[in-house]
Parts: sequence; structure tokens; C-alpha cells
Amino acid sequence: MDPTQTTLIDLRDAIAAKTISAADATRAYLDRIDKHNGALNSYREVIGEYALKRAAQVDTGEVTGRLAGVPIAIKDCMCHAEGTTACSSKMLENYRSPFTATAVQRLEDEGAVVLGKTNMDEFAMGSSTENSAFGVTKNPWDTARVPGGSSGGASCAMAADLAAATLGSDTGGSIRQPASITGVVGFKPTYGRVSRWGLVAFASSLDQIGTFSHTVADAALLSQVMFGKDKLDSTSADVAVPDGLHDVDGAIETDGQLRIGIAKQYLQDGANTPAVTAAFEQALDIYKSQGAEIVEVDLPHTAYGIPCYYIVATAECSSNLARYDGVHYGHRTSEPAPAGENAIQHLMCQSRAEGFGAEVKRRIVLGTYALSSGYDEKYYDLALRTRRLIAGDFDTAFKQCDAILCPTTTGPAFRIGEMADDPLEMYMNDIYTVTANLAGIPGISLPGGFDEIDGKKLPVGVQLLGKAFDEARLLRIARLYERETDHWQQRPMVH
Amino acid sequence: MGHPITQQTVLEVAKLARLNLTDDEAELFAGQLGDVLGAIDQLKQLDVENVKPMPHAYDQLNVFREDKESPGIAVGEALKNAPDKDEPFFKVPKVLGDGGGA
Repeated sequence: MDPTQTTLIDLRDAIAAKTISAADATRAYLDRIDKHNGALNSYREVIGEYALKRAAQVDTGEVTGRLAGVPIAIKDCMCHAEGTTACSSKMLENYRSPFTATAVQRLEDEGAVVLGKTNMDEFAMGSSTENSAFGVTKNPWDTARVPGGSSGGASCAMAADLAAATLGSDTGGSIRQPASITGVVGFKPTYGRVSRWGLVAFASSLDQIGTFSHTVADAALLSQVMFGKDKLDSTSADVAVPDGLHDVDGAIETDGQLRIGIAKQYLQDGANTPAVTAAFEQALDIYKSQGAEIVEVDLPHTAYGIPCYYIVATAECSSNLARYDGVHYGHRTSEPAPAGENAIQHLMCQSRAEGFGAEVKRRIVLGTYALSSGYDEKYYDLALRTRRLIAGDFDTAFKQCDAILCPTTTGPAFRIGEMADDPLEMYMNDIYTVTANLAGIPGISLPGGFDEIDGKKLPVGVQLLGKAFDEARLLRIARLYERETDHWQQRPMVH
Repeated sequence: MGHPITQQTVLEVAKLARLNLTDDEAELFAGQLGDVLGAIDQLKQLDVENVKPMPHAYDQLNVFREDKESPGIAVGEALKNAPDKDEPFFKVPKVLGDGGGA
């Protein structure tokens, strides 16, 4: 078998059956990375020797577990004790974490083999990876286009089969949007389900670790391993994780009738490209044919999601990124303080000026402004109240349905550089994804078919949103759709 | 979308955030932030007077841990990434006297 052309679970089973060794599987992925990463720039760092050492331990039986020998990649914002954790920023270019993030550790404890760190928008701020200090990642379906962001290196690695699964983080859509436009499954669990310990903080009340995979079952298995309370993260939820979470073919619990909600706020005239609309309608037809009742729900505050998000997220980021001071770790300027200027203040201000890229600076300034005296009530407090209205919309909707079906994005991947000069237009990318982060609910983007531009097939996704902590049901509902489609089996031609 | 953010305001806010900006950056950000704040102004249409602020997605209060000693990161490890150090300290330029500035 070719270990790079399969699913995580099938590869795991093949390694367990000794059809292929973990070492050979790891080598196959490393060779593929070697061949394609130059063109795609998916990985920011490959830790091949470490991966081969881990794989050898699986083959000797020293390392065992539910993910034994499966090669994965992690987003560059997850601390890992091997190699560097740079958050794709010049600020942390040489940062070596003394520990490994809980989410990654739990996967490694079950035998997963980490191949490397994937590129991202610096500090997870962006929707295209164009904000990485290490260059843009390409979309494997059309290398003139972005892979989405901020977890664009991870979505690219998944789509181009440069790992059997990848981890991303989703603060406003940073897993689901890139998954949608690279044609893979992207799953953001409920806020608090996966420990954030060791996840470099962007916006702490929104950040959530999740997965990229080819199948819903792969996402569910990884979730089963990662989910659950972590005493190192006080915001991780002490809510029981169902044993059957991984079993996506199990019966969907309903009150006798599966109800799929649709909301007009995601389907406004002209908002979505025809391919996105077609993908949505196909999904709707599948659910109908599977006996689901389609229910119209109302999410009246959806349009306020973007403005609300950009206050909450930037306010939290301006506070979280205050830690990069040029003193404890990270970049320090070599420029001496001008005469008469406070030396330590200069060191901090100038180190930050040199270490951060434009988008990070822009968000720090916006967040600081929104929190500054006289404006905090006008912006931050107003955003927090709006956030409750948005969460309330979902509370009401989930009394009427089991999951909400909607597009993930309004269109396919955009061209590299297309939105680079207009932050506001870039921010609108998150329109269908941010509200789930604000409310804390889980969401999954599934391969929904293709658009075609300039002779290139460009993936689009469909999204399902579920109730908080109801992932087991959401994943089964997602699987119901996946079973009836073959979009997930399509792979890009990578050269 | 007009929203008055001046270059001066951007520089003042950046100072609060301990961030040096060039004049070009300040000028660029002033325009861009004006646009973003213009979009954010639509929140003002909402009646939120009786709505409780929602700072977290998952409501919980007072998460306690056991008050028990446990191993942490050793000093050497913690200083591993320091740009400059004099163990067991982080080293910074002189703050008092000549380094203090005006």
C-alpha cells in the first residue's frame, strides 16, 4: 500500500497488522514532503530524525496506542519540545519550547508520530497564510491561490497528503475556512473541549484546537484522544467525553426525527458563488433523502459577528501579546536606545516593532484602542453584549434542530495577493465561521464539491454547526452526509 | 467609511502597547483602522442595555486546584530562550542612572 494515499484509520490498521512498518510509513511521508514542500511551503519546519526515531519505537513495540505509527503534523502555534515553535513569526523564530502542548502530548502518548510544524498566518492572525514571516503557503489545487488561514499550512499538508492528519487552531474560522477551500474535513470542537495548554495564545476566549483529516471518522478518533479536562488549563471543560465519540457510524440520537436547520442569514441573494450554493443544496438533498426534516431557523445577529469578533479578538490579542517584551524570550532588538530615551522601554518597543509583522501590529493597535480608557465601554463592552445575543440565537435555534447546515465560506480560494491591501475585506472571509467561536459551539467543514476557474478545480465546503459539547452527534450527522458523497476522495494533482 | 482616526491617535495607542511604529505604518494603520472601526460602528444599532456581557464562551467561576507542590520548569530551562541572561536572572540594559533617560 501507499501509506500517503489512504486515511488515518486505514493506515493505523495497516501498521497494526504489520502490512507496513511505521518507519516505512514515516519515510514515505518525509519523502513526499521533501518532494513537494518547496513548491507548496506547507511545513515551516520538518523534524524528520525525531519522527523516524518515534516510528522505530512503534515498530519495536516500545510505543503503542490508538494512533501507533500514524504520521501527523501540527500547526506552528502548538508548543513542542522537539525543534522550534515559531508561530510563523520572526518574534519566535528560534523559540524552543521546554514542553509539549497537552493536545499534542495526548496524540503522542497514543503513538502518533509528529513530522513537523505547519506554516500559518503569524500568531494565527489572518485567513490566507500571507501573514506568515516564512512566506505564503500555496493551495495544492491551484498554486496561484491561498490555502486559507490561519491554519493554511495544515490544510495544505492535508490536501496534498503530506501527513495522515494535521492539527490546527480555530479562533474565528482558522480550521474550517482553510479546510473548505482545500477540500478536506476541518473540525473545530466546542470551546473548552481540547486543552489550550501549550497553544500559543491569540484570543483566549475563542481559541480552540481541532483537526484536519480526509474523513469524519479520522477527526472523531483524534478528538476521542485529545478531548477532556486538563488540569493545566483552567478553561478546559470538565464535561464527560462519550466513549462512543469515535464511532461515527453509530445511531444518531434524536427525539425520533433528525432535524437539520437552515438559516436565511447564510443564504442571501448573491452572497455565495454558484458552486457554494450547489454544494449546500446537494447536502440539503442528501439529508432530505436520509429522512431528515429541514427546519428554518433564524440567526438574526449573524451580520454582527464580524464586528463583534474583531473587537473581542483584538482586545484579547493586545493583552496576550504583551508578553513579547524582548526580555524573557523571543526577538530582541540590537539597536541601542537613542540618547535620552529610557533604555528598557526602547528595548521593548523596538523589539516588538522588529519582531511583529504588519497584521499583528494592526491588531495590537486596534485591540489596545478598543480597551483604552474612554473607548472600552463604546467598543469592548458593546462587543461582549453583542456576543451574548449571537450565542442566544444559537440557543434558540438548537431548540428546533439537531444541527445547522450552511456554507463554510462564500466562495472558493482567492488568489494570492488579492486581498492583501484591504484588511476589512480579508476579515469578511470569516463571516460564516466567527459566530461559532463567539458562541463556543462546535463546527465542522466537509468537502462539498468543486468550483472551476481557469480550468482548475477549486474545492468548496459545507458546514455543520452543533450544540455545545454535542460533538458525538454532530460527527454522526456529518458522517451521514459523507457516506453519500465522494468529494472527500478527490485529491489534487501535486507536481 | 469615514471614522476619524488620526495618525497621532495611532501613535499614542501604539505607545500604550509598547510598539514603535514608523510614520508610514501609522499613516497606513490610521486609514485602515478607520475603515474597520466604521464597520464596527454597526454594533451601535443594537439595543444591548439589558444584555449581560459575555466575556467567555463557557461560563465557569473560580476554578481551583489543589494547593500542592509539583515540579515546574527548572531555572536553566526557563532561561534557555532568554535573549540575554546572567543566571539565574534575565539581563536587560541598565534602567537606572544613565539608562533611565529623560
